[in-house]
Amino acid sequence: MPGRGCTERLDELRRQRAKRGGNGHFVSVCGGTGCLALGSRAVATAFAEVLAEKGVGATVALRTTGCHGFCERGPLVVIHPGEVFYQQVRPEDVGEIVEETVVGGRLVERLLYHEGESPVVKELEVPFYKYQQRLVFGSNGRLDPTSLDDYLAQGGYSALAKALDEMGPEEVIEEVKKSGLRGRGGGGFPTGRKWELCRRAAGEPRYLICNADEGDPGAYMDRSVLEGNPHLVLEGMIIGAYAIGSAQGHVYVRHEYPLAVKHLSIALAQAREYGLLGDDILESGFDFQVQINRGGGAFVCGEETALIHSVEGRRGVPRSRPPYPAVRGLFGQPTVINNVETWANIPHIISRGADWYRSIGTEGSKGTKIFSLVGKVNNTGLVEVPMGITLRDIIFKIGGGIKGGKRFKAVQTGGPSGGCIPESLLDLRVDFDKLTEAGSMMGSGGMIVMDEDTCMVDVTRYFLNFLREESCGKCTPCREGIQHMLDILNRICAGEGTAGDIDLLQELGRLVGEVALCALGGTAPNPVLTSIKHFRSEYEAHIQEKRCPAGVCRALVHYHIDEEKCTGCHACVRRCPVEAISGEARKPHTLDQAKCVKCAACYEVCRFEAVVRT
Amino acid sequence: MQKEALETILNRYDRDRTQVVSVLQDIQDEERYLSQEALTYVAEALDMPRSQVYGLATFYRAFSLEPRGDHTIVVCTGTACHVRGAPRLVDELSRRLVVAPGGTTADRKFTLETVNCLGACALGPLVVVDGNYHGQMSPNKVDALLAQYSGEGR
Repeated sequence: MPGRGCTERLDELRRQRAKRGGNGHFVSVCGGTGCLALGSRAVATAFAEVLAEKGVGATVALRTTGCHGFCERGPLVVIHPGEVFYQQVRPEDVGEIVEETVVGGRLVERLLYHEGESPVVKELEVPFYKYQQRLVFGSNGRLDPTSLDDYLAQGGYSALAKALDEMGPEEVIEEVKKSGLRGRGGGGFPTGRKWELCRRAAGEPRYLICNADEGDPGAYMDRSVLEGNPHLVLEGMIIGAYAIGSAQGHVYVRHEYPLAVKHLSIALAQAREYGLLGDDILESGFDFQVQINRGGGAFVCGEETALIHSVEGRRGVPRSRPPYPAVRGLFGQPTVINNVETWANIPHIISRGADWYRSIGTEGSKGTKIFSLVGKVNNTGLVEVPMGITLRDIIFKIGGGIKGGKRFKAVQTGGPSGGCIPESLLDLRVDFDKLTEAGSMMGSGGMIVMDEDTCMVDVTRYFLNFLREESCGKCTPCREGIQHMLDILNRICAGEGTAGDIDLLQELGRLVGEVALCALGGTAPNPVLTSIKHFRSEYEAHIQEKRCPAGVCRALVHYHIDEEKCTGCHACVRRCPVEAISGEARKPHTLDQAKCVKCAACYEVCRFEAVVRT
Repeated sequence: MQKEALETILNRYDRDRTQVVSVLQDIQDEERYLSQEALTYVAEALDMPRSQVYGLATFYRAFSLEPRGDHTIVVCTGTACHVRGAPRLVDELSRRLVVAPGGTTADRKFTLETVNCLGACALGPLVVVDGNYHGQMSPNKVDALLAQYSGEGR
């Protein structure tokens, strides 16, 4: 409300605290999951040592940041100012980088990204980044996620102060409604409307939950946002709490994400210390507390009613809706649940206004969306793009096309219960509605690229197996229906498919989709139905010809040795785990079909293409 | 697990029944499994039916009711790893260790597990042993991997 003076207090806080912030001279080392796994911690340690050694430790800051997104080329290092982008950096490169670039202002060309032959210097000019619009991820590479000072220096918490000073709760809701923001967790429900329903629902207290139970295999954007910029999510939550009138929030985060839990815990403690969280936030009279709940590794807990049961300390099984959580949620009270990426959009909407936000995206889907581009694509990583970009642009311009020059076959979006989209639909403009029309869905934003070596029947079986394991078992169509579809797929992959199987799968799929209790079961048939629709011939090859065109389904694949090509080098003999290959040195070998376990070790190790897969 | 250690964990969450999943997680983190004794203790301390605590312990995938081996081998079977060949890795490890996924070898040296995604898709197919990432794995590298962790205790 006017006259609260929150902005002034925040500015004062910023003056006191944000000494080391700003966008001056600093080295940013990516500390995202991918880069950490590739050894970025050792790179950061080396920087700390060398910067001190060269006597520039006081003027050049070192920040271990959250995920930069380009996981394929990690560990990533960016030197500011100038945004000099180095990739695949090893600890032994650090001395040279400091000497040449940090101190000398020169480039170390071999560590730059090369587009064809020509080197690219700046981070945002690398093709992987050039076609992106990094709104939620914008600051990830610039701030240390364990430092509230860094976040403040980037303008952090200004949106909160603005909301508290200049807007009433209803106005905040109006602004979010006007922005057109839809839930990024998969459902795509309009966020502002959800908040409005909750605010108008009878009953105190009201709760607010951040869903960080990111369970889709192949999707890790929520993790990267929480790990890389926890205050952005927290700021969104506090603004949301003010809007709906909640004093208690929860973050439900996957147990498998220890770094996200750690960074979030640090962020909560810092925000409390600075008076940005807890009682009387920025002396506005508004109170809000946040507690962390760790998930237990159950995919179904991403479903909001199941999640609520889990936060209450119970088994995470869903219930039928309505009543929706906005009306009756946690402990029976009105509750707003939004996912990480949704919360992270809120500060931007409040700061820059709904009109600006609406200018990004398509008619029905506003803003940007983060996708995890993975699988058989050259540039694996997290990409943030405006809604409405084509799949082709994401996969080929940003993703750099298919690995090993193979042929694109399909892209699977929406997680295990999404759908497979074929080459003919590559020019589809990606948004909530277009993906649903194509039989798939947005889901949380996983995008798994498949090439000619991927068997669509096997992949479908993989998703069904996943969903069968994760089905909570409460409702019969999901528990039994998925099992039966999986049984049929198992038979097909084992070469025991029969003529009516495809029809039966479709019939079962439609039934389960219509009558299952929650979204898990309701969308579970998607992979079956879309793969039959677009890749029916692969099913038919398995069923009628007992053949797996991609060479994946083990029961339908055989390995032989081509005696003309075999040089008798013994490489396969040494590798074979079951001693199925025999033969004298320098004479063609033979493979005993009875012993072969089809592990493909010989196929992979042979340098003469003498092992043939049929 | 000692009574004192259990008490510390329970008190960390103010003996709040809604936090029972967190209590079990902390016990699992320390002991690497949930023993019958620990489950009974928690149920009594929080005044909950034992069946309910057991129900939680079996519902959530993060919990194990069996003791673990010295080394935990986790094969990522997320979609990206799957299309890059994770199933063959699981088979090969399973065959070499003579244990099904989820099981522990007879000598209690290795526990083999699968996980649905570790968010390091660029490294797939990925195997994590005791928290150490081994990317771009193939059945041909399994021998060397096991050798690296054999012979030494945890």
